[in-house]
Amino acid sequence: MSAPGARAPDGGRPRVFIVDDHGLFRTGVRSELGDQVEVVGEAGDVEPAIALISESLPDVVLLDVHLPGGGGQAVVTAMKATHPQVRFLALSASDAPQDVIAVIRAGARGYVTKTISGAELVDAVRRVAVGDSVFSPRLAGFVLDAFAALSPASADRPSFDPELDQLTPREREVLRLIARGYTYKEIARELYISIKTVESHVSSVLRKLQLSTRHQLTQWAAERRLT
Amino acid sequence: MAAGLAARTGFDVTAVRIVFVLATLLSGGTVAAAYVLAWLLVPADGADASIASRAQTDGRGIALAAGLAALLIVVLIIASVLGAGWLGSTLGWPLAISVAGLVLIWRNAPADEQQMIRRLAGPLPGLTGENRRFRIGARVSATCLLLGGGLLALLTGHPRDLLRPLGGVVLVLAAIVVVLGPWWLRIARDLVVERRARVRAEERAEMAARVHDSVLQTLALIQRRADEPQQVIQLARAQERELRSWLFDGVAPGSMGETGLTVAAGVRLIQQEVEAQHGVAVEAVTVGDCELDDNLSALLAAAREATVNAVKWSGAEVVSIFAEVEPMEVSLFVRDRGRGFDPEAVPADRKGLAESVHARMSRRGGSATVRTVRGEGTEVSLTMPRGAGERQQSRA
Repeated sequence: MSAPGARAPDGGRPRVFIVDDHGLFRTGVRSELGDQVEVVGEAGDVEPAIALISESLPDVVLLDVHLPGGGGQAVVTAMKATHPQVRFLALSASDAPQDVIAVIRAGARGYVTKTISGAELVDAVRRVAVGDSVFSPRLAGFVLDAFAALSPASADRPSFDPELDQLTPREREVLRLIARGYTYKEIARELYISIKTVESHVSSVLRKLQLSTRHQLTQWAAERRLT
Repeated sequence: MAAGLAARTGFDVTAVRIVFVLATLLSGGTVAAAYVLAWLLVPADGADASIASRAQTDGRGIALAAGLAALLIVVLIIASVLGAGWLGSTLGWPLAISVAGLVLIWRNAPADEQQMIRRLAGPLPGLTGENRRFRIGARVSATCLLLGGGLLALLTGHPRDLLRPLGGVVLVLAAIVVVLGPWWLRIARDLVVERRARVRAEERAEMAARVHDSVLQTLALIQRRADEPQQVIQLARAQERELRSWLFDGVAPGSMGETGLTVAAGVRLIQQEVEAQHGVAVEAVTVGDCELDDNLSALLAAAREATVNAVKWSGAEVVSIFAEVEPMEVSLFVRDRGRGFDPEAVPADRKGLAESVHARMSRRGGSATVRTVRGEGTEVSLTMPRGAGERQQSRA
């Protein structure tokens, strides 16, 4: 883990691949990122995305959650098997929580909404490139919701693993502040901890989200769709 | 009443009356009590229900009658203890029954009968409540009498005989009640009046907050968009509709109106409305959800006001709302990265924060805090306990 805005692994600009089914949007993201990153390719569908990413091996793939032909989730799953070093950042306008959680659980390192500013997007890409995770307020809200639904009282006790199935109070606090729109820097100041500690809390949440085996985590999404 | 009985039995009214008076004198009051009971139970000529059937629903009247009868019985028992046993045995029970019955009749009789009773009772002190000096005189003499009798019983009572001193104590207590009773009554009345005034003031404050949120906000918007006639017409029309539905259908403006709405849906509604009206992006995140009650509607109304404030004054491009529903409370945060402000420098006539947010929250047991730094933005934090509605209602 390293500080936000840290440089990409090779010391240069992070190499970015854009997957989105709207050409206009790809162009928009490209121009927002400007020359801060190197865009190595783009795709509008699952199959070509998998082929092109395997070819160009970018540092970060900016991934639309909703893709024809299996969704962003399919791309992440396919790449994880063959090229685990490629990292994914989900980028989307407005999605159902279950789709976002599914992409994260498949292995994406973060989720930001399309309302994000260009500078913030560049920063998020950089952070994902060095292995950190990026939580938007919305993702923080989804995660809080998912783990609240997983409270030990309502759980199937046999598979209950407090290490993976529960957030620590500190992690919840950090997530709440993210949901309130605080940056990592502001969170660090608010909680009297270092930015590095904030990042490690967020990474730990991401790990729990991806590794927790409880089927409620997926069930939760289905229930939420009904409300 | 005598007329009623006469009509039923077929005898002459005057004859029935004479029989009653004679019987009363001969029986030592028992017949008078029977007369009162009959007055209660037999429907009057032309009336379809007896006074007693109406009195069944008069809880206060029954309590009053029972209380008076009990008081009278106590007095009679004391009298018999003091040696005037004839009073208790001959007059006592009929008297108690008559008094209780008369109270019920007085409270529940048709208007013309009440008028008659009032006219008859007029000369009696205290009941009419018009002659103040006479009332005070009566109270003072009653107090002296009770106090004197009580002290006499206490002082002359035999140490081994418990009943006499006990009767004395009761008489002294009665004297205290006679002296202080009206004062206590007045205090109780004042309390009621004061509570009513406070409720009225709160209603007024709530109304002012509503008017501010709807009408004043719209007027401010219209001033800002004075050069866009189409927009102005649209705003005015929407405001007119809202105001009409408030005044004539009781749908409060800014309230989330329909029942069955939830916190998350309410936050989404705020997001959509504010984005549509002001053209500034609102990011909304909600965790958990629950149905709205009055308190949570107030929370959302305050949140809406805070959001509109942020959109109007902060200059920020995005305003974030985060709402979290927890088992005990609902928290809501409205944050912008705008210019911030100095809370002390807000003019007194700008009621937004003070009235719509702070007061609205505290009236319902919630709280609101504002954190603002010039140049860095503002965050309004709102917290409302859940289930506070029942507590609030039981207190009122």
